[in-house]
Amino acid sequence: MAASNYYVPESSRLPIGTSIGLIGLAAGAGGMLNHSSSGGEGWALPHFVFFAGALILASVLYNWFSKVIGESRGGLYNAQMDRSYRWGMGWFIFSEVMFFAAFFGALFYVRQIAGPWLSGEGDKGISHMLWPEFVFQWPMFNNPAGADLPGPEAVIDPWHIPLLNTVLLISSSVTVTFAHHALRAMDRTRVIFWLALTVILGAVFVYFQIVEYVEAYEELGLTLDSGIYGSTFFMLTGFHGAHVTIGAFILFVIWLRIIKGHFTPEQHFGFEAAAWYWHFVDMVWIGLFFFVYIL
Amino acid sequence: MLSRTGLRLSSAITALLVSQSTYADWELNMPQGVTQVSQSIYDLHMLILWICVWIGVLVFGVMFYSMYKHRKSKGAKASKFHESLTLELLWTAIPTLILILMAIPATTTLVKMYDSSDAQIDIKITGYQWKWEYDYLGEDVRFFSNLATSKDEIYNKQDKGENYLLEVDREMVIPTGVKVRFLITSSDVIHSWWVPEFAVKKDAVPGYVNESWVNVPVGKEGIYRGQCAELCGVDHGFMPVVVRALSQENYQAWLDDQRAAKVAEAAAAMGDFSYDELMTTGAEVYAGRCAGCHGQSGEGMGTIFPALKGSAIAVGDVDAHIDVVLNGVPGTAMQAFAAQLSDVELAAVITYERNAWDNNTGDTVTPINIIDARK
Amino acid sequence: MMTSATTLHEDHGHHGPAKGLMRWVLTTNHKDIGTLYLWFAFTMLLIGGSMALIIRLELFQPGMQLIEPEFFNQMTTMHGLVMVFGAIMPAFVGMANWLVPMMVGAPDMALPRMNNLSFWILPFAFGMLILTLFSEAGAPNFGWTFYAPLSTTYAPSSVTYFIFGVHLMGISSIMGAINIIATILNLRAPGMTLMKMPLFVWTWLITAYLLIAVMPVLAGVVTMMLMDIHFGTSFFNAAGGGDPVLFQHVFWFFGHPEVYIMILPAFGIVSQIIPTFARKPLFGYSSMVYATASIAFLSFIVWAHHMFTVGLPLATELFFMYATMLIAIPTGVKVFNWVSTMFNGSMTFETPMLFAVAFVILFTIGGFSGLMLAIAPADFQYHDTYFVVAHFHYVLVPGALFAIIAGVYYWIPKWCGRYYNETLGKWHFWLSFVGVNVTFFPMHFVGLAGMPRRIPDYALQFADFNAVASIGAFIFGLSQILFLYIVIDAIRNGKKATDEVWEGTEGLEWTLPSPAPYHSFSEPPEVK
Ligand code: HEA
Ligand code: HEA
Ligand code: HEC
Ligand code: CUA
Ligand SMILES: [Cu+2]
Repeated sequence: MAASNYYVPESSRLPIGTSIGLIGLAAGAGGMLNHSSSGGEGWALPHFVFFAGALILASVLYNWFSKVIGESRGGLYNAQMDRSYRWGMGWFIFSEVMFFAAFFGALFYVRQIAGPWLSGEGDKGISHMLWPEFVFQWPMFNNPAGADLPGPEAVIDPWHIPLLNTVLLISSSVTVTFAHHALRAMDRTRVIFWLALTVILGAVFVYFQIVEYVEAYEELGLTLDSGIYGSTFFMLTGFHGAHVTIGAFILFVIWLRIIKGHFTPEQHFGFEAAAWYWHFVDMVWIGLFFFVYIL
Repeated sequence: MLSRTGLRLSSAITALLVSQSTYADWELNMPQGVTQVSQSIYDLHMLILWICVWIGVLVFGVMFYSMYKHRKSKGAKASKFHESLTLELLWTAIPTLILILMAIPATTTLVKMYDSSDAQIDIKITGYQWKWEYDYLGEDVRFFSNLATSKDEIYNKQDKGENYLLEVDREMVIPTGVKVRFLITSSDVIHSWWVPEFAVKKDAVPGYVNESWVNVPVGKEGIYRGQCAELCGVDHGFMPVVVRALSQENYQAWLDDQRAAKVAEAAAAMGDFSYDELMTTGAEVYAGRCAGCHGQSGEGMGTIFPALKGSAIAVGDVDAHIDVVLNGVPGTAMQAFAAQLSDVELAAVITYERNAWDNNTGDTVTPINIIDARK
Repeated sequence: MMTSATTLHEDHGHHGPAKGLMRWVLTTNHKDIGTLYLWFAFTMLLIGGSMALIIRLELFQPGMQLIEPEFFNQMTTMHGLVMVFGAIMPAFVGMANWLVPMMVGAPDMALPRMNNLSFWILPFAFGMLILTLFSEAGAPNFGWTFYAPLSTTYAPSSVTYFIFGVHLMGISSIMGAINIIATILNLRAPGMTLMKMPLFVWTWLITAYLLIAVMPVLAGVVTMMLMDIHFGTSFFNAAGGGDPVLFQHVFWFFGHPEVYIMILPAFGIVSQIIPTFARKPLFGYSSMVYATASIAFLSFIVWAHHMFTVGLPLATELFFMYATMLIAIPTGVKVFNWVSTMFNGSMTFETPMLFAVAFVILFTIGGFSGLMLAIAPADFQYHDTYFVVAHFHYVLVPGALFAIIAGVYYWIPKWCGRYYNETLGKWHFWLSFVGVNVTFFPMHFVGLAGMPRRIPDYALQFADFNAVASIGAFIFGLSQILFLYIVIDAIRNGKKATDEVWEGTEGLEWTLPSPAPYHSFSEPPEVK
């Protein structure tokens, strides 16, 4: 099956389509945000551009992945091509790690450095003269600006939903591994079962995350506007949640493909890439659970 | 404009050729400054500069030598050597040593700069778009310092004065022979307070306070000029810092004057002001402080800066007008002027705005109104 | 809509480029994409350069003459952004596209379709960015470093487009870098061990790593800005417990490696060119590799040298000062190796060599001023003055840009199969060399004398040198038009190039015919 030469695809309309979709998304989102911030009219065009971009992007990506799957199943890829995809996926995940690193860095910075300064400790403790009332603590229930920028009344209790979510995600990492073993053993029913379970665990996680957000907004006064605690909390958990959603979706697609009979015990990089991604999302969550919820 | 350009061009070239300039203080190098710290920084600067120059002479010397000697056209045959562990170790080790040598004086200077203990005077410096506020903590003296260069000079309608762009309406004043601590912060974006002769440059970060200090030696009384050194918006280039260093007696006298003036001003505010007086003062204040954004004749600027001519607020409710000027509009460039202008000036400028450029409301706002509004 | 299932069947079998404009839009060929990147970069150089010329015109003499301060700020910001992200980086990616597959003996890039995507995002992203100049609120005006809160609470509304533009550029760079890494690690010809790779490939491997490590951080910081602007978060707002300086930490964690992203490939190019014209193997190949890796490593722990005056604690200042100074050591190793390569060679000075030699000298001068900036106490005087502007233009213009130009002259015969006109090339070099120094050398003086950067108008004592710098800028700028002419002339009328191109060249790319065939190595070559 392996082609002897490295497969070089012929010219393709997929990339330019993706670019067009992306710019539509970006320009449209820019316009939408600016209009909603200024409350002005003329919102129709940005919305149109945004949704057109999203539509184009979705359909082009659908075609792109279909095509790659087709090529792969058509036996156009050799072992070397497979390695290219592996390197690609690996480095992509590394870039994601660095993206989260920026937000974790911000969290550590405000907790370890900026917060104490504002409340009069450390090298720049003199800054306290601008916020004489402020006492730093974490979670930060009172902001330096005091009543002008109220902090959260309470924060999420790590030992309820977050703990449950931790268990869910870790088990899902285990189940996806079971699926992998099953795939290598050519046991299709078990693959389908374990993978389905993984996707369900992911979906339940997202569901609980939403429940948690609703509670934060409606009962705890913990919002994006409630100072740096809310900012870091929602940015970290939010981007993580988005990644879980994407990861679960990818696993779902893989599940469909398995049902359709794609993948062999030897060649199933699509499956592995999705699993890598899932493990990565899991690792991020463990970091979150410790640094955002517990500590 | 073209002929002037030509003129400047040729004068610039002439200047280059004869290495002499029409401008008196034609500086090429970092100023040595007037303080101990600025002197050690200058020394450090010269030290590194010369080290770099000599390394450069050496490296480029070898390079030019081989470019001259080892040219093919001169019949040079290429040798084939392509590594030498000894050499490579050597030119890793020697720069390391040089760097350590540089790091020692750099460290001691930096430690000195960071020691702001034992200061006798604290001045809180706050950056605003685009002016500085000086608050002499514990002295009850506090004022703003704005660019004094006129728009006409800037727009080439009038000859530029000697201290073009480096002059302010009220200078910061400090005594010599005393360690003065600066507590630097900002009310809006990041600015940076810089006086080269003191080697003091510290960012003014909103919400945080940075420390710095200066001790101008006795005998170095004089005026020291600097500029804002962090991009802070449109008028970043028009935000000078001017410090006058006085002997300690003169400094005390100056402080007393400031307090006396404040008392006198407060008393004056209770007095009577005629409409005409207010309009005259108002026109001055307006031109100096408001016209930059709202236009010489209240026509505004672009879409962000509203016209005051015929504006709903300027011809509408007086109290609303006073409120806008006193407290500003949060989140916009319209600042709170309550702390920046005196009662008289505020009354005057509001009166002016309500009557100039066909606004003709006929209202007179008196300093008493302002005092009331402040409560 | 753009495609359909039929694409699966289209086009199989015929080789060589499609015809017409669509060839460039749809291409998956590394050479086509390289060409696209290079022309895009050149266009951006002209646009960014025109902005620089507007800046220099306004600064020709004191007083406001041509433009308003607001527009001036937009010009400096856009100039910096366009040059950094639009000209220099894409030019290097273009070079990598052309050369990496040829140098490692690969048929193409590892992921050819993604390669096309990486490129085509850019024109759209920059189109959006540049169009903001014509919007009512005006283009971004907060400097290419976009410090919060000037870029958040106080920014024009175009900042939203700017943020999304940066996201797109980031996506493009990350995909480009992934592609390059995969190509280098996976598509080397048999026998091409890592330590046999040409230095250009090595420097790009490390650059690509830097890109993947820091572009996401840039994406993170602009995302925080977006949230602060539109969703009420407090990352950079002390009132809510954030810190404007946090922005700077995150930005420079990206920003400092970014400047090495713009110089490491230049090191690579110069390390290819000097041995060729010295007719001598590169001195200290392995120490070059280790030096590059050390620079990359150190680049992650020096970022706060851009922030010496923001009020960092003493210990932090000292740490970042020492770490920054260390970079001089591996960089010095490189400089010494280049000089030793030339020593006892048999040199000729064709245009690529002229630019490469000028690179070594002028980059080193820029490096020296960098080292001076690294001395924290002295940086309190240098920071945010034209001394800094002089420093970074020395490393970027006669540094990065000269290396790119040198590379174009060096490889264009291989790319197009034709030589450029050597006489004109020399003219281009000397005009550029003089122009660049006349422009940027005086900036050291005005900077030391106290002229802040990013100001549209200045005090009288800075007048003379500013006039000189402006004249230099026009000499330098106009000579790039000559470059354009030379390139077009070479493509159209140049003398036919031999396969070897330059006397005694070594490396796989020179074993291919000139011009290089559309598909580089369909059969991997054997490397001894
Ligand atoms: C290609 C881009 C590039 C490169 C390669 C460099 C290289 C270096 N830069 Fe530069 N830098 C920039 C681009 C670059 N820089 C930009 C764009 C800015 C401004 C950003 C902004 O604010 O807008 C900046 C700003 C900047 C600052 C902040 C200044 C300020 O704002 O106050 C500092 C401070 O430390 C600095 C230091 C250095 C150092 C130490 C090096 C070193 O890597 C240099 C090392 C090289 C040498 C030293 C020469 C060769 C060595 C020898 C011959 C060996 C022997 C030498 C000795 C022992 C001395 N740079
Ligand atoms: C990355 C590379 C790069 C390059 C190549 C350049 C190239 C040049 N830059 Fe620089 N510059 C930066 C990066 C770069 N710059 C950055 C990062 C900043 C900081 C921005 C900030 O503060 O935020 C900066 C800031 C900066 C300033 C300071 C602005 C300020 O602080 O107020 C100045 C001032 O002189 C300047 C000048 C120039 C000049 C004269 C050139 C010349 O080399 C340009 C030569 C000109 C051309 C190559 C154009 C030729 C075009 C024509 C002749 C017209 C034809 C036009 C068409 C056909 C469309 N630049
Ligand atoms: C740095 C720019 C700036 C300066 C200086 C400035 N203003 Fe304003 N001003 C503004 C902006 C911007 C607004 C609009 C605020 C908003 O969006 O509601 C404004 C609004 C006003 C209004 C309300 C007008 C309306 O119709 O909304 C008044 C009155 C006013 N300013 C008076 C003054 C006075 C008096 C001064 C000087 C003492 C002054 N301004 C100086 C920027 C400025
Ligand atoms: Cu204030 Cu620049
Ligand atoms: Cu740096």
